[in-house]
Amino acid sequence: MRPRAAVVAVNGVLAGLAAVTLFPLLWMLSVSFMPAGAASALPPPLVPAEPTLVHYRELFLNAGMLRWLANSLLLALAITAVSLAFNTLAGYAFAKLKFRGRERLFNVLIGALIIPGQVAMMPLFLLLREMGLVNSYGGVVVPAMASVFGIFLVRQYARTLPDELLEAARVDGASEWRIFVSVVVPLLKPVLASLAVFTFLAAWNDFMWPLIVLTDHELQTLPVALATLSREHVQDNELMMAGSVITVVPVLVLFLALQKYYIEGLLLGSVKG
Amino acid sequence: MSHPAAWVFIAPALGVIGVFFLLPVAAGFALSLTDFDIYALADFRNLRFVGLDNYVRMLETPLFWQALGNTLYFVIVGVPLSIGLSLATALLLHSRLALFRPFFRTALFAPVVTTIVAVAVIWRYLFHTRYGVVNHALEAIGIGPIDWLGDPLWAMPTIILLAVWKNFGYNMVIFLAALQAIPETLYEAARIDGASWWRQIVHITLPMLGPTLLMVGILTTSGYFQLFAEPYVMTQGGPLRSTVSVLYFMYEEGFKWWNFGAASAVALMLFGLVFAVTWLLMRLSRRVAA
Amino acid sequence: MMPRLLLIAAWLLVSACAPQPSGREVVRFWAMGREGEVVRELLPEFERRHPGLRVEVQQIPWSAAHEKLLTAFAGGTLPDVCQLGNTWLPEFAALDALAPLDARVAASGVISREDYFPGIWNTNVVSGQLRGVPWYVDTRLLFYRRDILRAAGFETPPATWPEWQAMLAAITRQGQGERYGILLPLNEPEPLIALALQQGEPLLREEGRWGGFSSEGFRRALRFYTAMFENGWAPRLAGAQISNVWDEFGRGRFAFYISGPWNIGEFKRRLPAERQDDWMTAPLPGPDGPGASTAGGSSLVVFRSARQREAAWRLVEYLSEPEVQLRFHALTGNLPPRRSAWQDERLAADPHARAFRDQLERVRPAPKVPEWERIVSEMQHLAEEVVRGRTDVEAGTRALDRKVDAILEKRRWLAARGRAG
Repeated sequence: MRPRAAVVAVNGVLAGLAAVTLFPLLWMLSVSFMPAGAASALPPPLVPAEPTLVHYRELFLNAGMLRWLANSLLLALAITAVSLAFNTLAGYAFAKLKFRGRERLFNVLIGALIIPGQVAMMPLFLLLREMGLVNSYGGVVVPAMASVFGIFLVRQYARTLPDELLEAARVDGASEWRIFVSVVVPLLKPVLASLAVFTFLAAWNDFMWPLIVLTDHELQTLPVALATLSREHVQDNELMMAGSVITVVPVLVLFLALQKYYIEGLLLGSVKG
Repeated sequence: MSHPAAWVFIAPALGVIGVFFLLPVAAGFALSLTDFDIYALADFRNLRFVGLDNYVRMLETPLFWQALGNTLYFVIVGVPLSIGLSLATALLLHSRLALFRPFFRTALFAPVVTTIVAVAVIWRYLFHTRYGVVNHALEAIGIGPIDWLGDPLWAMPTIILLAVWKNFGYNMVIFLAALQAIPETLYEAARIDGASWWRQIVHITLPMLGPTLLMVGILTTSGYFQLFAEPYVMTQGGPLRSTVSVLYFMYEEGFKWWNFGAASAVALMLFGLVFAVTWLLMRLSRRVAA
Repeated sequence: MMPRLLLIAAWLLVSACAPQPSGREVVRFWAMGREGEVVRELLPEFERRHPGLRVEVQQIPWSAAHEKLLTAFAGGTLPDVCQLGNTWLPEFAALDALAPLDARVAASGVISREDYFPGIWNTNVVSGQLRGVPWYVDTRLLFYRRDILRAAGFETPPATWPEWQAMLAAITRQGQGERYGILLPLNEPEPLIALALQQGEPLLREEGRWGGFSSEGFRRALRFYTAMFENGWAPRLAGAQISNVWDEFGRGRFAFYISGPWNIGEFKRRLPAERQDDWMTAPLPGPDGPGASTAGGSSLVVFRSARQREAAWRLVEYLSEPEVQLRFHALTGNLPPRRSAWQDERLAADPHARAFRDQLERVRPAPKVPEWERIVSEMQHLAEEVVRGRTDVEAGTRALDRKVDAILEKRRWLAARGRAG
């Protein structure tokens, strides 16, 4: 194939795919600025003729969007902070601290990865009810305070740390905790950044469990509130798009800013090792 | 040499996973052997131990088989489509001829990080029978309006399209990294021998991607079996229950009708199915590799 | 960046958790749909009369209300007062979630049972105990476009099934593909339930222990319903696909719509001024004369788990005052369950409400079993299957009865042990 034709072909296909991929998101943005009812017209408009912020105002002032935004943010941050701590401790231990049954225990954990979370949902609900955590932030945060995937990721990375460094510190008389805090954690920064981004995005986008556990309107996260709104306001196209924009834009921005870490984490868990 | 500190380090994480995941999974087994329902929730005396009755009853429920059929349809069509698209775009992006690589990679990956609920809402309007952009575009090339979400024939394909659109970027990035790990020297040798780009792909790229393909296949398949959010937001399982997935069925059984016993049985059967399919995929790959 | 992010999160959290004004008891009240949006306007007066109380309203969409309530019951997070559709009362009574209200009503100066429509009051009595106070009544009847009927040659709305069918045929024929006779969303079971209630046979046999859908009466109703689709008078659509019911009605895409009193307010609000004279309501036609319809509506209930029982009851009493009910009617179009409220000229003079007063004389309740919600879901699915040609009425109703019998199995078991309601 002649080079120029090939270049055009390859980039043409890529551009076409990128257009198809981005179109729904751009359309969502565009419709969110259209006045109510404008999108239900023939032919369907692609660009607002009279852009307006009325839906955003409606969502933030009347529907309590700010509250849901705060909920999503708070829960995602809390889950990220706590699970990062717990997973890093465990991941490092599985990688570098010898103890009896370490490998077997780790294999059991890996096996648990194939169990779909939904098997646990109903008993977990009953358990949290006994603990008084249903319909509270705790109900969402507590079960997410550690994850096998997080432990796995940290372990993968921690295994590459040089043993000599740790041995030297031990010989100097430092306790395991000091070694962890002063030597290991700084070295783990890349994987911690990746895991943090990963966990935050997953927590932000989580839908099924918050749907079940949070019944109070005030406590709901953005995805759940959006799902509820969308089943109720089937008619209000433009309003729903505004809601979608608010749900999607924060994570997109976060992703664009921290792409590197996210992709690194993804690959660490999938390809390397 | 054993580090006693190790136990302190793993205790918090293992505690959480043990209490809030493994314990409920075990309890799920137990729950599936009872007829725990709303009556039992009100008064514990109304609980009955029914052994494998839930499983039998579920297997005799036509809706369960319909949900299973729908889910299998989704997996069998969606997984190859998704992986195929991911592989194709990874190959394109990896090609020396590609320009603006970072932009394309970001653009093609963007759907992965979006919230499924938001996207399902967007999809519902894009595929609206009368006012949707998709039907308008089809009309321009002469294809009559399709009732995407209202026709039992087209509802599941619409959901498959959504899932593929949303996820293909994820696997694309994995394939890209794997492609970058293939030594360039192999391709050079093939080019010197006069092999066309297609033969290079078939004889060098695909075999070298083997392990990655397997892993991606397993992850995607097990993920697709857990179809839930799309039917919940877009179709509520309709039209005519053509988009009820196994998980959606479990959700309704468990959290709409409060038959925890039956719902637990469904969840465990789903787990069994995913496990079996995963095991089969691994056996198959071992045979192909040999 | 991280510390700043945390700071923002902390600020958002603090600002979102507004501190409660001290010294006021909070009554938690859940209301659904439009009522939930609107009831807030009635509350400042209540809070003025009871300075020590504050009402916290949570609006819940109907589509999720049943799940939410059961989840809240299971999770122990029910509110103090709640609006409950009266077909759900038996279910929550079976769960023993509702506080009995007989004593309170007897002692109340505001609520007197004689003032209520007896059929409606009756739906709130489960196993001899009063479990809720009716808040508003609901039934389903025809909303129609007078001008479209007139253009097709009909001056008055239909009173019998054959008349109705003739009108639908004429209107659809005239519409030439752009207009349907009637909109019957496939996800709304109420029209079919109303048609079924017009028949003689009960929907569940032996006090709700066995399914009765194979009866000739139900089959007749089902055939009438599905014929509307077969003849092309109704489009095969579910609720989510109709982009905007009010707009489409205003544009004349269909001439008839079976709906409830809240749409009086909605149509008045959403249809353009020039259309307001073109629409009217009429009672449901029956097989050979004016027919029955569903005895729906919502009640106000106080949950057993309520923390503020006294205050909750005060709120129930307030919302049951005839004057407050009339204000509520003005806001939503919902109809009061008290005869004294109906005598007020505001209601007596409303032309759109007249058909409802007429229909309320002919309402029949649905079977009072906790599983009713689930049974309705199965019935609706059958209707859709028949409409889409997947099964026929005979085989379908027999299959439905088998499913319903299975659903009612536990109820029969409990009844045998003397524990069913």
